[in-house]
Amino acid sequence: MADSPKISLKNVCKSFGSNHVLKDLSLDIEDGESLVVIGGSGTGKSVMLKCILGLLEPEQGEIFIDGQQVVGLPKSEREKSLRKTGMLFQYAALFDSLPVWENVAFGLIQAHGMNRKDAKDIAIEKLSLVGLGSDMASKSPASLSMGMQKRVGLARAIATNPEIIFFDEPTTGLDPIMGDVIDNLIRDCTRELGASTLTISHDMESAQKIADRIALLYKGSVVWIGPASEIETSGNAYVEQFVKGDVNGPIELDILKP
Amino acid sequence: MEWNFLAAIGRITLRFMQAVGHLSLFTLESVKNLFLPPFYMRLFLRQLMNVGYYSLPVVGMTALFTGMVLALQIYVGSSRFNAESAVPTIVVIGLTRELAPVLSGLMVAGRVGAAIAAEIGTMRVTEQIDALVTLSTNPFRYLVTPRVLAGIITLPLLVLVGDIIGVAGGYLVATETLGFNAGSYIKNTFDFLESRDVISGLIKASVFGFIVTLMGCYHGFNSTGGAQGVGRATTNAVVSSFILILVSDYFLTVMLLD
Repeated sequence: MADSPKISLKNVCKSFGSNHVLKDLSLDIEDGESLVVIGGSGTGKSVMLKCILGLLEPEQGEIFIDGQQVVGLPKSEREKSLRKTGMLFQYAALFDSLPVWENVAFGLIQAHGMNRKDAKDIAIEKLSLVGLGSDMASKSPASLSMGMQKRVGLARAIATNPEIIFFDEPTTGLDPIMGDVIDNLIRDCTRELGASTLTISHDMESAQKIADRIALLYKGSVVWIGPASEIETSGNAYVEQFVKGDVNGPIELDILKP
Repeated sequence: MEWNFLAAIGRITLRFMQAVGHLSLFTLESVKNLFLPPFYMRLFLRQLMNVGYYSLPVVGMTALFTGMVLALQIYVGSSRFNAESAVPTIVVIGLTRELAPVLSGLMVAGRVGAAIAAEIGTMRVTEQIDALVTLSTNPFRYLVTPRVLAGIITLPLLVLVGDIIGVAGGYLVATETLGFNAGSYIKNTFDFLESRDVISGLIKASVFGFIVTLMGCYHGFNSTGGAQGVGRATTNAVVSSFILILVSDYFLTVMLLD
């Protein structure tokens, strides 16, 4: 059991009507590993993440977290399983109705039953880890820039010291400098926690910075997986086209050519 | 041509049945979660304020002018057969049994139902509801239960206040404009008023409170497609609340008649 992957997807299929988004997707994430899944828009990266989190139910296949099959779990069991995870959403998904500190402390208060005072202390500590001062704690998320919102989202993701953290397009919508700040924070915070992480991205620079391994998803299946250091020399035609950002190659685009 | 017509009817029927099934499941889930822990007291109190306290001005104004108009109109009608003394009784019965609950329900649907649909709809399209799930929090218990419970409890209280203000409105017009004696107006108001007149109105109000908050939550929860989707959810919440209030009012009246 100790050698089993932290997260394992086996032959996962998910369709929306006639659109088969995930096709026999299999993927393992080892304990303490940082895996980045790259791929173009519409290749199924977000759907894969939602299937792991239980936000979508796959039609076929199995998903294991710490050896426990999570597909078809009752809601209460699913909630328990999610207590060991954290998630940074693409646009942070902070709760508008709550101040920054309550956003960060949400999981501690609601899922772990911690009292509000202790939870606030931890929230302020986590905010400082992502470079935000205690003066930010009482602000409304709506008053923050996207970069700050992402940092608050990251603080929320790590607040409960989760064993697994998911990142959905962490650098999308940020300028290059803020993107680099977020990448560094993700790398430092997750290494400090020793967490396993799954990141979905189409930002190559970001992927190489935070990944131990990189997987390329195309049309709902993994077409290449390997160490981040080998991405430039993979010899895989799909990877080469994606890394170079070349229009010509095996990756077909859903656009009409002039 | 004939087949196309039949196919269209079939499609509409299937879509309607699907919507009814979806709404029934949502209603069952909402009712079930009213009795399941955890109970979010802080959120419930906030919703009591939103649904109840902040609706007082609009419900009070509606009741006041309805009572005033009712006194005038009944006076015109009853004077045709020399039954002006029936004005206080008809005003109070009309208000308590019918007008206060229905008009309050409609006003609260416009104010609160729309706000609930917009808030939850925005949470849906900005992934805040997904964020709740990833933080091991049941969105039904966190978002729907406090609102529905607040609706069930506060609307009868609003209607009770509306009853009093409405009767006061009728009293003002009757004594200041129509030449009624103040003492005999009050005596006639209470002499023929039975407790079941008031109670049947409060039962109706409770059902309308459930309908308004449930419709707001349902349409918000199922909104898709960004800002336009949230707008559509808001409109649908108000329109469906209006229709359900008016339809259920008939059946409740039949049930509560004796």
